[in-house]
Amino acid sequence: MSSLKHKTLGLVRRLGILLLVVWTVVSLVTLLIELVPGDPATAILGDQATPEQIVQFRSRHGLDRPPFFVSLQSDASGTKHLRWNGAENRYVDYWRALLHGDMGRSFRTDQPVVELIRLRYPATIELALASLLVAVAIAVPLGVVAGSNRGTWIDNISSVVALVGISLPSFVIGPLLVYVFAVKLGWFAPTGSEEWSDIVLPAITLGAALSAILTRMVRSSVIEELGEDYVRTARAKGLSERSVIYKHVLKNGLIPVVTILGLQLGVLLAGAIITEKIFGWQGLGLLLIDDGIGKRDYRLVQGCVLVISVTYIIANSLTDMIYRWLDPRIRVS
Amino acid sequence: MSRLAIFGLVIVCILVIVAIFAPWIATQDLATINLPMRYLSPSGQHWFGTDGLGRDVFARVVYGARISLRVGIVVVLVSSVVGTVFGALAGYFGGWIDRFMSGYIFNVFLAFPGLLLAIALVAFLGAGLNKLILALCIIGWVGYARLIRGQVLKVREYDFVQAARALGASDARILFVHILPNAIQPLIVQASLGMAGAVLAEASLSFLGLGVPPPAPSWGVMIEEARGLDTLQAAPHVLIFPGIAIVLSVLAFNFIGDGLREYLDPRQRKR
Repeated sequence: MSSLKHKTLGLVRRLGILLLVVWTVVSLVTLLIELVPGDPATAILGDQATPEQIVQFRSRHGLDRPPFFVSLQSDASGTKHLRWNGAENRYVDYWRALLHGDMGRSFRTDQPVVELIRLRYPATIELALASLLVAVAIAVPLGVVAGSNRGTWIDNISSVVALVGISLPSFVIGPLLVYVFAVKLGWFAPTGSEEWSDIVLPAITLGAALSAILTRMVRSSVIEELGEDYVRTARAKGLSERSVIYKHVLKNGLIPVVTILGLQLGVLLAGAIITEKIFGWQGLGLLLIDDGIGKRDYRLVQGCVLVISVTYIIANSLTDMIYRWLDPRIRVS
Repeated sequence: MSRLAIFGLVIVCILVIVAIFAPWIATQDLATINLPMRYLSPSGQHWFGTDGLGRDVFARVVYGARISLRVGIVVVLVSSVVGTVFGALAGYFGGWIDRFMSGYIFNVFLAFPGLLLAIALVAFLGAGLNKLILALCIIGWVGYARLIRGQVLKVREYDFVQAARALGASDARILFVHILPNAIQPLIVQASLGMAGAVLAEASLSFLGLGVPPPAPSWGVMIEEARGLDTLQAAPHVLIFPGIAIVLSVLAFNFIGDGLREYLDPRQRKR
């Protein structure tokens, strides 16, 4: 089979998986709401709500319709049997609305969920990009120094730093940074997302683990490239070790690192939930935890989970596809 | 074995002893609220000081080890058993179950951020220790299934398995007596890393208020309670001790996992 055909087939397969995953996520968020103990309407409106209010709430949010194509119902004698509900059910409703760009209305504030998410989405992306920047700024110099001084004490120290960085969860680093830089030194505000400087501590918190992983990658990449023939050539023609590393090795060694960066963007999005909670960063994660789960606004929870996971899935798939397209050594198995 | 793995082993042993003998190690009461005694610095009386409600931080960290280990052990046990069963079935019999597992389940779980799925599950199920464990098992078992499926596919082709088949052994006998014992080694590595992941996930979810509810001394809950500005200002040790406990436990299980991996796979031994 020709290479191009092979690649195209691979892309089609990836796209198929992508669609399958998105379908699963949407199904999960629509069906998980049925697991909620008790009735969402009474959970939101409280015990004092009149029956009319509850009926009105349920019909407003489509909760009066059957949940799925089939449902288990007990008849007058108490025996349970399956009932076919047809296409008039909440699962289909959600899909239908979603394909029209509608995620329903918040159970609490009655605002469109899409609108709430649109307001918070940029802040999360901003945070994720800032922490990518932090991670690269730490990892590239540290990895290069470690890799080109392999086996020395510099290498060992940077390995230990990287290992500790990986093992430090964000909910430990974050409050520690707040303690040192906000409480003790007073350089930054402890929480908020108004001033430009407010992004510094959250970005470091979220980027720390990634920078540790990246440092290891840059290190091994540099070590691998240093063994290549072109390095010997460059050295033989009298280039200084500095230019060998920065002009030759780094350029080639960063290719796999860039790929990992793309993959990690998705991980950052999921990790951002905790970081946003620590710093009161007004992004999607905080919307999900405080306004969604905290206030039992399940419609909002559905929307947030859907948007975060789809962003993650698309970021992953794109990187994967680009990588496969670029690197002929990776074949479809 | 590497020095780091031995360090990990020592930490884990300490953790287990602390968890088992918690009532004898922590003599202070962990639940009594004593406001006049709040924010005390570490001393002979209170080794790790006291928190914002005057509770003994040492006792809470010690009992926290119980929660972390319990979650870790149950999650790893359940998800490795479930994962092994499904992975072995898929790898051994192939067919539709294999197509469903490797074509759909593996891809979906790979493409989905695990922590987010756990958060979503707990959000709809409600918070609590058992629901948290359930959520972590749901996101955890797939990793084991993938691993075991790959191993079984490999071992299935070995000569001794062919020999057993030729002698007329049943599928169950071939699978449980011949294949699985030879396929299970990497599972130990995965289980060790899984303990680290489960301890971390429990703390993360409890930190977000989705795990063990507050009076319980989960390390994640302790950090959540300690990160308020008042507490940070008055008594940073309330944050630091549970933080150290989490980091050490996670490091220890990761070290053991890495050490075992190197030990079992000579190609990965120190370059």
